[in-house]
Amino acid sequence: MPVPIQSPIGAAHTRIMGVGGYRPSRVITNAEICKVIDSTDEWIQTRTGIQERRWSAADETVGVMAIGAAQKALVAAGVEAEQIGCVVISTVTHLTQTPSLAADVANQLGAHKAAAFDISAACAGFCHGLALAQDMIRGGSAEYVLVIGVERLSDLTDMNDRSTAFIFGDGAGAAVVGPSETPGIGPVVWGSDGSQLDAIGQTFNWDELRDKPELGFPALRMSGQQVFRWASYQMVPVAKLALEKAGITADQLDAFIPHQANMRITDAMIKALKLPDHVPVARDIAKTGNTSAASVPLAMERMLAEGEAPHGGVALLIGFGAGLVYAAQVVTLP
Amino acid sequence: MAATQEEILAGLAEIVNEVAGIPAEDVQLDKSFTEDLDVDSLTMVEVVVAAEEKFGVKIPDEEVKNLSTVGDAVSFIAANNA
Repeated sequence: MPVPIQSPIGAAHTRIMGVGGYRPSRVITNAEICKVIDSTDEWIQTRTGIQERRWSAADETVGVMAIGAAQKALVAAGVEAEQIGCVVISTVTHLTQTPSLAADVANQLGAHKAAAFDISAACAGFCHGLALAQDMIRGGSAEYVLVIGVERLSDLTDMNDRSTAFIFGDGAGAAVVGPSETPGIGPVVWGSDGSQLDAIGQTFNWDELRDKPELGFPALRMSGQQVFRWASYQMVPVAKLALEKAGITADQLDAFIPHQANMRITDAMIKALKLPDHVPVARDIAKTGNTSAASVPLAMERMLAEGEAPHGGVALLIGFGAGLVYAAQVVTLP
Repeated sequence: MAATQEEILAGLAEIVNEVAGIPAEDVQLDKSFTEDLDVDSLTMVEVVVAAEEKFGVKIPDEEVKNLSTVGDAVSFIAANNA
């Protein structure tokens, strides 16, 4: 008979204990974007709901922003960096293949005992990270997990691309996830559709630069109509299933916090979800732009800070983006 | 039974009115969605999705850009909802 191996023992339930955000210093107005592309403030606002976005200064690296957001989340959670068992960072703009951003951030935060790794799930990254954190804590691999979404999308924005130049922003959002006596994170509903790989991506891959350095730097490109259709209609059943699995109805929600992709997508989802008027909806995109993996925690932080959503309230989160990939869950707000 | 061109036009006008708030009587075959009716690219997706549901057709993303006038859309639906 083989020697028995001890099985890990985790917590029964998990919750988000604290959230924090980092909004970089440069405010970029639509007027500034329109100095490069032939467009207007009204055109951009009508199609995206974006009034302005934040872009990083040179010294506001993904690491600096991730640490800034994480420190605020740790304080809000009342958890010390040494207690963190794992740091998960979702980003598509850490422009170093290896090592990971998470290892650097964990060290600089003082989370010396933490496992640390990056994930690539684009705009759905924070919701993926939350699901991983939940499973780690329930599975006994970590007691506290720091989930960070950070992007410097301005690095991958083609200022001359009339379909994307005004969309993207920079920033970081972080959450500390820990054990809970009652369920604070519902079952995740997630998945992927690689048949739509081309809907959002890079203009060319890094390895093409080896032979053709004249290509310059790649940028993000997006098929706007294709993404709009997928997000506005295919994501609604995903959101409904996340509610159903959590045993929550739409009228019981205290907040709806979708990935801040485009205000028009948010509005189309609200309509298709038949979300009651009394449920507050995250509209952080107006001042922040689309910050991919950072958008959900940034929007959550703003709603809590401005009293739009109550601490301890129930929120539906959904992230969706390049892949195409998606993840949704119901959470208790910290 | 497939819808007639008149029925499709009337149905489409109803959709455009509902989605974009444009008076149904303005939705005529020779009207351009973007130029005359002020339907932008994202609203066009909403119109297309509603039309798919109403007429039981598939209008793929790559086809949407070919539907510049109301007449284009009516013809496509008529040819594909048989």
